[in-house]
Amino acid sequence: MSDAKEKYEVVIGLEVHAQLATESKLFCGDSASFGAEPNTHVSPITLAHPGTLPKTNKKAVEYAVKMGIACHCEIAPFTYFSRKNYFYPDLPKGYQVSQNVHPICDKGYITIHTNGTKRNVLLDHIHLEDDAGKSIHDLYPDYTCIDLNRAGTPLIEIVSLPDMHSAEEAFQYVTEIRRLVRWIGICDGNMEEGSLRCDANVSIRLKGEIKLGTKVEVKNLNSIRNVKRAIEFEVERMIKMVENGEKIIQQTRSYDADKNITFALRDKEEANDYRYFPEPDLAPIELTEKDVQRIKELLPALPQDLQADFVEKYGLSAYDAEQLTLEKDTADFFLQTANISNQYKAIANWITGPLRQLANDQQIDFSQLQMAPEQIAGTIQIIDEGKVNFSIASSKILPALLGNPDATALDIATKENLLQTSDTGELEAWIDEALASMPDKVKEYQKGKKGLIGLFVGQVKKISKGKADPKITTELLQQKLG
Amino acid sequence: MFSFSSIEEYLRDLLHGRTTCKEAVQYFLDNISSAQHLNAFLEVYGAEALQRAAELDQQRQENPNSIGKLHGVVIGLKDVIIYKNHKLSAASKVLEGYEAVYNATAVERLLAEGAIVIGRQNCDEFAMGSSNENSAFGKVLNAKDNTRVPGGSSGGSAVAVQAGLCMVSLGSDTGGSVRQPADFCGIVGLKPSYGRVSRYGLIAYASSFDQIGIFGHNVADAALVLEVVAGEDEFDSTVSNEPVGSYVSNIKSNSDKKYKIACFRQALEHPILDAEIKTSIFNTIEKLKSEGHEIEMVDFDYLDYIVPTYYILTTAEASSNLSRFDGVRYGHRTKEKNVDLSAFYKKSRSEGFGIEVQKRIMLGSFVLSAGYFDAYFTKAQKVRQLLKKATKEIFSQYDLLIMPTVTAPAFRFGEKSEDPIEMYLSDIYTVFANLVGIPAISLPLYQHSNGMPFGLQVLAPMFKEDEMLQFSDKVMEIKAL
Amino acid sequence: MIEITDQLVDNLAELSRLEFDATQKSVIKSDLQKIIQFMEKLNELDTEGVEPLLHISTRTNVLREDEVKGSITREEGLKNAPATDGQFFEVPKVIQK
Repeated sequence: MSDAKEKYEVVIGLEVHAQLATESKLFCGDSASFGAEPNTHVSPITLAHPGTLPKTNKKAVEYAVKMGIACHCEIAPFTYFSRKNYFYPDLPKGYQVSQNVHPICDKGYITIHTNGTKRNVLLDHIHLEDDAGKSIHDLYPDYTCIDLNRAGTPLIEIVSLPDMHSAEEAFQYVTEIRRLVRWIGICDGNMEEGSLRCDANVSIRLKGEIKLGTKVEVKNLNSIRNVKRAIEFEVERMIKMVENGEKIIQQTRSYDADKNITFALRDKEEANDYRYFPEPDLAPIELTEKDVQRIKELLPALPQDLQADFVEKYGLSAYDAEQLTLEKDTADFFLQTANISNQYKAIANWITGPLRQLANDQQIDFSQLQMAPEQIAGTIQIIDEGKVNFSIASSKILPALLGNPDATALDIATKENLLQTSDTGELEAWIDEALASMPDKVKEYQKGKKGLIGLFVGQVKKISKGKADPKITTELLQQKLG
Repeated sequence: MFSFSSIEEYLRDLLHGRTTCKEAVQYFLDNISSAQHLNAFLEVYGAEALQRAAELDQQRQENPNSIGKLHGVVIGLKDVIIYKNHKLSAASKVLEGYEAVYNATAVERLLAEGAIVIGRQNCDEFAMGSSNENSAFGKVLNAKDNTRVPGGSSGGSAVAVQAGLCMVSLGSDTGGSVRQPADFCGIVGLKPSYGRVSRYGLIAYASSFDQIGIFGHNVADAALVLEVVAGEDEFDSTVSNEPVGSYVSNIKSNSDKKYKIACFRQALEHPILDAEIKTSIFNTIEKLKSEGHEIEMVDFDYLDYIVPTYYILTTAEASSNLSRFDGVRYGHRTKEKNVDLSAFYKKSRSEGFGIEVQKRIMLGSFVLSAGYFDAYFTKAQKVRQLLKKATKEIFSQYDLLIMPTVTAPAFRFGEKSEDPIEMYLSDIYTVFANLVGIPAISLPLYQHSNGMPFGLQVLAPMFKEDEMLQFSDKVMEIKAL
Repeated sequence: MIEITDQLVDNLAELSRLEFDATQKSVIKSDLQKIIQFMEKLNELDTEGVEPLLHISTRTNVLREDEVKGSITREEGLKNAPATDGQFFEVPKVIQK
């Protein structure tokens, strides 16, 4: 199989839909929030009652432009909506309001890293459109249930060019989109809940061939991991077919995550004629350079840029920079703490290590951690001063700081008697006690097994309940044992 | 004995205690009762209207100084204008049982000024037609001559005013559906500029052509209703933010103004135009000239292209606007079982829509479909652009435009042939205003030798309703002399 | 001059979700033929270089604030439903062939 694989180039284009986190829907004032009782976020407009008309949500436009800026797109100076006409029970108007010409953002790219190499995946465009409602097929045997809460919520569709060449690239691409939309605050990027959706267009061709192969659309990819798995399956399926001399049919297939297969969606209508035409009920949108600039200024520093900064200005490793910029909250926290303390590496460690762990344990977002940058800076400082060691700080001091905005690391260490002793008298006593408890090891050490020093330090730490300064202890031990 | 001639007089009579709203409503209810054969109303809100009249009478007793601009004015609504908690059907079976859950903005504004809605008026199904013969609930008869059509699509609304069944009516005008029936029924019919009146609550036929229009006995009444319903609306993105003039109080302003008026030569010389209409209009032109106005014949080479352009664009928009009538959330649903989704839609829709509506939906799908879009739809959009530019040109040199409203007065039922084109061509003078978005009014100036009325159409630049109304008022005075 | 074939009529009916019996179909076909031919009169006009009119109103940027308002109750929303269980709109199940 691997030999066959080498012959082919995989070509992938992705269409990613992101549900915009606005308060209200794209064209009317119903709530756009998720999870409400069925058909409670409805108005005559959502229900497409006779005589109703749409009106565009200003914030949705702003969010679309924000994404366009983040993806290095050209923001259209003149953009308008079009009707995409088709019939489906969860599409109340019998058309979707979308954009098929003059989309709000044109071209652009998304940067991905695969196996250490950086690449810009080219976009075709980003456009705005309203979402359909939900069809629920499994409540009753004879009826499909329609819930129109979601009908009309704002979506941006990010359309790439067929510019990815492996399932891994597709994985990285969707991961990056998720990071971006969450970073700039326009979408919560939750594929499981459907606020981020992905359809893949996959084709293969012999390496060197210029013409694109027949493409297959793969839907129902409900996690980033499944995007990768589904594409891998599909590529293998296609290669097998072609190697067997079979022709690939252009079709839409659905991914079954349990079985890890794709299957053809039957009764899929032939290429639907959507009869697009300009939406006469909506005014076009004009965006001047000033408008775009104003929106640009609302954007925070973008993750890619911060990642580079962290390496170049703060001297962090590429790995640390990447870890810190997985989410905006951790990057922000780093910057705030780095304002107070210049122990950049230490700050990074605290954030990517104990702090993130704390958040995971409490099953909350990093932003919800009740910890101030000053508190971490303070913790780092007392470690640096030798007053406590990292292990005590992370296991005992950190939890005590949580939710106590006025507490400092020093306070807690003092109160809880955690301060390390560098008093040689006390240390000598503990050292003697430790060494006395393992005479054989002492002998081995003196015979040459210098590595055992760590064991002795550990024992001293234990006896001292962590108060022994490990550095000084080590020095004293070395002096004592020779 | 109640009688009605104008809203102004009515309001004066009310304030002087010479009549009451209750008396007015009862008068119209009685008339409606005796005129049921006309089939102008699909539903009459008798009890409700009397109740409201009683309330208004009470309010007026207590606070004679703060009555609304349309206090006690009895008004009818075309069956395409939505009135909360009342049935609405667009004269179609596809909306059977539908009860409105919100008010059209225009209706809100009427009610806020004290109007009384007396009923829902018959029309051509989904406003598609020029004779009110396409209603699912039977045709409407012209009150002047019951063997003749009232015009369409707002036939019921026109007849209601013509026959004294209400004081004014709200209709809708997409290609002449207010002006043409006004002409056929001998009353005033006004179509505002596109975007002058909110379309929120007006069942959409062709979104970039539709406007709510007004029927009345005189220009001042139409002007007053326009003043109340016009203006910006938070629910309509296509409504204009041009300030609304005080159309009524301004109507006698500029009474000495002499206008420079254009008339399309090709319109008056068109072979399709009835000879008497032509003569009458030429006579009016002479009369106006003698009053000091300048009337000039202007060449308009696009006349033969406006009807095809109109039908391409309106059927396209309509085919999409009518997709929501699918039996899922409201309206007619097929009773057939065990059908797949596609058949479910087809049966529900075909059982509900009349044949003219289905035809226009098919046409619309055609001109929008891949392969034909450029040749038809885009082409028509380009012609519309040419028309808009030509209109701007004309109004850069002239204040107003006049032309016939119709090619011939109200015809007899069954007289128009089976040829769809003949029917469509009779709209030739009215569709122009909708294509370019300008306001237009039909003035009932004449009577044909066959006994039927017909009128003159006055058109103005966009948002120049003031000028149009002032001039119209003057023209009506000339007639009265 | 385009010819309106039975196939075209069928395709359009499918797109429009309409159905016709034989008589209606024949009338529709012939009317469509006449009307579409009539529409082709526009080909006499030279529109080279003319921009299609996309919007009749000249306003742009007619936008609303992102506020939650204007919703109706579920009861009101379902009031006109041909079939409902009080929570959802119901349609006959989409038959998967």
